[in-house]
Amino acid sequence: MGKQLNVALIGNPNTGKTSVFNALTGLNQKVGNYPGITVDKKQGVCKLSRGVKANVLDLPGTYSLNASSLDENVVIELLLNKNDKDYPDVALIVSDVETLKRNLLLFTQIKDLKIPTILVINMSDLMRRKGIALDIELLEAKLHTKIALVSTRKNTGIEELKQLIEGYKTISTEPCLDTTLIDEDYFQSLQKAFPNQDVYKLWLVITQDANFGKITRQELDISRFKTKSNQELKRLQQKEAIKRYQFINSILKEGQTIDRSKATGLRSKLDRILIHKVWGYVIFFLVLLSIFQAIYDWATVPMDLIDTTFASLAEWVKVTFPGGGKVTDLVAEGIVSGIGGIVIFIPQIAFLFLFISILEESGYMSRVVFLMDRVMRRFGLSGKSLVPLISGTACAIPAVMATRNIENWKERLITILVVPFTTCSARLPVYLIIIALVIPEGSIIGLSYQALTLMALYLLGFGMAIFSAYILDRILKTKYKTFFVVEMPNYKLPLLKNVIITVIEKTKTFVFEAGKIILAISIILWVMASYGPGDKFNNAESYVKETSTTQSTSELNDQIAAFKLEHSYIGIVGKTIEPLIKPLGYDWKVGIGLVASFAAREVFVGTLATIYSVGSAGEGENIETIKTKMANETYADGTKVFTLASGISLLLFYAFAMQCMSTLAIVRRETKTWKWPILQLIGMTAIAYICALIAFQFLK
Amino acid sequence: MRFTIADLKKGEKGIITDSSSENIPLKLLEMGCLPGNEVHLLQLAPFSDPMYLNVNDSFLAIRKETAALIVIEKTNG
Repeated sequence: MGKQLNVALIGNPNTGKTSVFNALTGLNQKVGNYPGITVDKKQGVCKLSRGVKANVLDLPGTYSLNASSLDENVVIELLLNKNDKDYPDVALIVSDVETLKRNLLLFTQIKDLKIPTILVINMSDLMRRKGIALDIELLEAKLHTKIALVSTRKNTGIEELKQLIEGYKTISTEPCLDTTLIDEDYFQSLQKAFPNQDVYKLWLVITQDANFGKITRQELDISRFKTKSNQELKRLQQKEAIKRYQFINSILKEGQTIDRSKATGLRSKLDRILIHKVWGYVIFFLVLLSIFQAIYDWATVPMDLIDTTFASLAEWVKVTFPGGGKVTDLVAEGIVSGIGGIVIFIPQIAFLFLFISILEESGYMSRVVFLMDRVMRRFGLSGKSLVPLISGTACAIPAVMATRNIENWKERLITILVVPFTTCSARLPVYLIIIALVIPEGSIIGLSYQALTLMALYLLGFGMAIFSAYILDRILKTKYKTFFVVEMPNYKLPLLKNVIITVIEKTKTFVFEAGKIILAISIILWVMASYGPGDKFNNAESYVKETSTTQSTSELNDQIAAFKLEHSYIGIVGKTIEPLIKPLGYDWKVGIGLVASFAAREVFVGTLATIYSVGSAGEGENIETIKTKMANETYADGTKVFTLASGISLLLFYAFAMQCMSTLAIVRRETKTWKWPILQLIGMTAIAYICALIAFQFLK
Repeated sequence: MRFTIADLKKGEKGIITDSSSENIPLKLLEMGCLPGNEVHLLQLAPFSDPMYLNVNDSFLAIRKETAALIVIEKTNG
């Protein structure tokens, strides 16, 4: 193993920090966790010459070393803790050409912590076009640093940057500012109290504690030092910002010339349309529509392919290893279809993140926030919540993952919690069969009752999501004050490399993190449906043959399958919960369907097919056959099971209940705790139960 | 009369004279909402909220309630 060194990438959001990270590490990156919090930790390896490897850490974007969010706090905690194993040997501050002034604020703060720092100026290829000229030598001298001019778009300057990283030991650690000038008396007394510590570091610790709350830190204990009031501290922080800008302006005055006439009007031209009071919304609506189309429609092609591939793979396993008995069954029906049930989500996830990363990279997403903020904030949501809410109509899994882009944790959490209310495509088969069963045909002003019911269910799901967001916004308390300050970045063409890496990374996260939970639960459900206690399950064939009158073998097989399911563990669960679901108008057969739905809602139809012994009937007639069977299903006293009352009750139950283990798994992954998915499971199912109960009791 | 950014109309400019109100997020100060800097109001969302401005070479959107805390002197440009 060669030598290793730690590199930290730090910068404002939207400066192309991640592009630099991708350029340095390529696909040699992995996403991990910071312990205990929901911030992703992106690390990668960059190979330098002579076997030296750099561990590159892509820190969350921040505007300064004063944290106002958990993401930003990660940066400060790392830089204040020399004992951290990721503490950088060298920091790269990434700025883009146009926002150099603002990025230098962060740069000077980090310099003042005496960390060797390289200034990386991205998008240098655009300098001439933007009419910007920089005197690099002068800037390097005044800022006591090395500057790397790179363009991740043109892929230039990366090798030079790597050389600078290698030579990090030669970089001066001289600070930029005499920070004691912020308040001489105060800083002197601070230094006196802690003679061995760096005074600027002490200052950061104090303001950090005041602004953001105590952070976990072994090195420093400032609690015995009497600090100033929060208001005084903030005034000093403002003074710090002013002092830093004075320094920065004095340097840029010499080192940077900007020819304003060259500034292209792309931003104002696009803004005029994209955030126009009318056209802005029309365009956003069209964007949502095409996302919706992609994940609802285009994704079905690869999804069908995955479906049939895994089905034939399961078949192949059965045929190839016929002697395996229960092991073959477990592999074919439990594991292979379980994995198939995970892989099936990949097309939707990939499509959604393709769109989202393009929207983010191009700078459009900030415009969406600008357009939607006023409406969404009333419900405790962010302008960015709309994309997850709309994509939830296809599937809640990618939608929950898409909330990643919402910076405010409370808004993000609320979005995650309410997204599963929107009508996902897995509910559709259930809706269709029940609507066909209980809603009369016929129409009003040319609209059929059945179509209207379906539409009402979609609106209901969306309405419930918004309503519960409103309630949650009032219930949930947050520790941190949040403010709405949104940067409106320049428009730029998305980098293909970044888009692809995002799509791959999201897909990987889903498959490997949520996937294992989904696989485990689907195997449990499969075992429950395939095994049962006692004689009735094990000798189902002889039991059925005794009583059955049918001559056809396929009908007999269907009856055996139905009998087995009835006496399997899942059947027992269905029967056990019957008293519980009776008030909603369901019998134990529906109960089995409800339990099995937990694997995926659409399983409901298939499970009913088995329980009503229509399993092996021809594919096309299947639905019609189940429908007829369901329509004729009666209780012992001759009353029908499926009436308008029980049908509506079932529709409402499916609309509101949390019946999707995959969603629970992804919520667990995104919130890093079981608390929220369990809350979701209990809360949503309770709402579903109550609504279904009221509907049935009222209508029956 | 006391003018704030919230009083600016689309296209108008002003110079910040006071941004010391306690309720202004620090982030906004760090992005350059500091006395002496020029603010240019670029665009408004419906009902004038949020407001889209350019200050200190930064382009940002803030809510009207925050904008009403930043005192300016109108320059009209």
